[in-house]
Amino acid sequence: MSKVVFERPDSLTDTPFSYCPGCTHGIVHRLVAETMDELGIEGTTVGVAPVGCSVLAYEFFGCDMVQAAHGRAPAVATALKRALPDNVVFAYQGDGDLASIGMAETVHAATRGERITIVFINNAIYGMTGGQLAPTSLPKQVTQTSPFGRDVDNDGFPVRVVEMLATLDGVALAQRVTVDTPKNVRAAKRAIKKAFEYQIDDVGYTIIEVVSTCPTNWGLSPSDALQWMRDNMLPYYPLGVYKDVKAEGYANVAEAAEARAEKLASGGDA
Amino acid sequence: MTEKVLMKGNEALAEAAIRAGCRFFFGYPITPQTELAAYMAKRMGKAGGVYLQAESEIAAINMVYGASAAGKRAMTSSSSPGISLKGEGISYMAGADLPGVIINVQRGGPGLGGIQPSQSDYFQATRAIGHGDFHIIVLAPSTVQEMTDYVYRAFDLADEYRTPVMILADGMLGQMMEPVVLPEPKTEFPAKPWAVTGHKGERPHNIVNSLFLAPERLEETNIERYERYDRIKATEQLAEEYLVEDAEIVVVSFGASSRIVRSAVNKARENGLKVGLIRPITLWPFPTDIISAAADHAKAILTVEMNMGQMVDDVRLAVCGRVPVEFFGRTGGIIPTPAETLAAIERLSASLEGGAR
Amino acid sequence: MARIIVDVRYCKGCGLCVEVCPSNCIVLDPDTINDKGYHPAMLTDESLCTGCASCAIMCPDVAITVER
Repeated sequence: MSKVVFERPDSLTDTPFSYCPGCTHGIVHRLVAETMDELGIEGTTVGVAPVGCSVLAYEFFGCDMVQAAHGRAPAVATALKRALPDNVVFAYQGDGDLASIGMAETVHAATRGERITIVFINNAIYGMTGGQLAPTSLPKQVTQTSPFGRDVDNDGFPVRVVEMLATLDGVALAQRVTVDTPKNVRAAKRAIKKAFEYQIDDVGYTIIEVVSTCPTNWGLSPSDALQWMRDNMLPYYPLGVYKDVKAEGYANVAEAAEARAEKLASGGDA
Repeated sequence: MTEKVLMKGNEALAEAAIRAGCRFFFGYPITPQTELAAYMAKRMGKAGGVYLQAESEIAAINMVYGASAAGKRAMTSSSSPGISLKGEGISYMAGADLPGVIINVQRGGPGLGGIQPSQSDYFQATRAIGHGDFHIIVLAPSTVQEMTDYVYRAFDLADEYRTPVMILADGMLGQMMEPVVLPEPKTEFPAKPWAVTGHKGERPHNIVNSLFLAPERLEETNIERYERYDRIKATEQLAEEYLVEDAEIVVVSFGASSRIVRSAVNKARENGLKVGLIRPITLWPFPTDIISAAADHAKAILTVEMNMGQMVDDVRLAVCGRVPVEFFGRTGGIIPTPAETLAAIERLSASLEGGAR
Repeated sequence: MARIIVDVRYCKGCGLCVEVCPSNCIVLDPDTINDKGYHPAMLTDESLCTGCASCAIMCPDVAITVER
């Protein structure tokens, strides 16, 4: 007798995704939904949808959803979690939402150690608006607003978000993953699940950065886009865990912060 | 039992909000309202609520959006430049039909302006608080007691009509100290079945959202919202009438400047001029009916405002050309004196054929 | 004994499943177009399917159910 070993998670609605063919948003949505199923938290989760391609995430996730102003998802998520401390709150954001207009909200929610989980889709471009330069676009990358390639003299340098956030005491888990192969998808799923578990265990702020593709605006097929991502993005945005306070032996961010402060006070390195 | 205490305006706003059931305050320091945030920082935790100094006024209004989405009574406060920052967030609240209270303790503008009181955000509050077709209820207190009463009422109005409500105060009201009777703490609140609280498998998921890509649907939401606004206009207009019945000149003034006008009106009456004061309390919905009725018997109307002439436009709309409507004001942080206000009334009176005796 | 079932309402013919299948038993069906105008993925030979679920794991539209 054969049995089902893989099927659509319950925490997704039946609505077909509006994403482009081959867009990795869909994979990550599924991983978040699988996490909600496995932890049994769909009924207590409130998700925050950004502005960007995933603005319609409120139609795709089965949990209660709030659509937030561009860049402000971490502030909305902060208030949701403060209002509903026994619920699970996540915000799902793209590179414009999180690292451009929303950079202040991103940094401050992180440094406050808000017990929220951020799923950050980094595809080095602004998809929804037709392919413009993102804070995470690579040097020399051609976009609609860098038609001759990103010129670091004019447009500056791309920002490595998880490395930057990992310097903040409020961050419990900051990890970068990708979804280009089944193996990496499974690892991304484990990271996302860990991030939610850390929230439930009141450890601190968690962020999983998913290096992703935008086949449409990169002008590549879905498969070629994954290859471009491997060749160009992963060297600049290395996969890995950039901060994990539990792995360092602390129960939560307050403990980790205290230890760090003591070390600094006694003349050690942070 | 109600207590009577001497309180500073900013602090009375905070205390009354807590008594109205507000348990979530998100703010940012800006003169002249910072005492409100400082009071909340001390008091909110003891009331079992959350006080958070946000990273900016933008973050603060988006936190109000989030707490409100979760069904909680939430508030933010700022002053003029900070209110400008909140514009998008307030539009989102209106578009998502979320209740919430926003306090503007006005200061001189535009730009960084000054830190002294003004009323120069009237247009912003009543016409242009954020993009799109929408209104917010705007209440204009003129005493510390009214600051208390109206912020307390603001939360009920916000919940009843699912709209943001603004208390349009100013630096003078925020800083002054007056005796106040504080309201009883509220214990019962309306249910909010639309709030995002986690569906627990017991209901369909709730979505708080202002995006409606299908034009017909977006128009529908706008029309429904304006039907609510019509109900608000029909039931919530509020203004005080002082010596208006036989007045030949009616002065229209709100908030801090109305206090000056009251003195000037009293002096004018002593001098034999038949002058009265209409003091709008709801700036939106504007008390059109009351002002229009006054135009039936008055010979002229004068608005006195701490700006370059803003509410005068709404008075002209209500009067519809039936009688002359003039404006007198000071701005930049200057509060008009009773003497110069009286002089403006007397100038208007002298300019009328037959005077106002 | 294993097979995949593709829900053609969701499939956008992106081809990631075709690429990743270790048994090369998935193609985009050239003879079918779904409501959105895509050639949906299709299992060519059930006997080749190992039920590894690599296709389902890569599918961005959660269109694939795997039975083993």
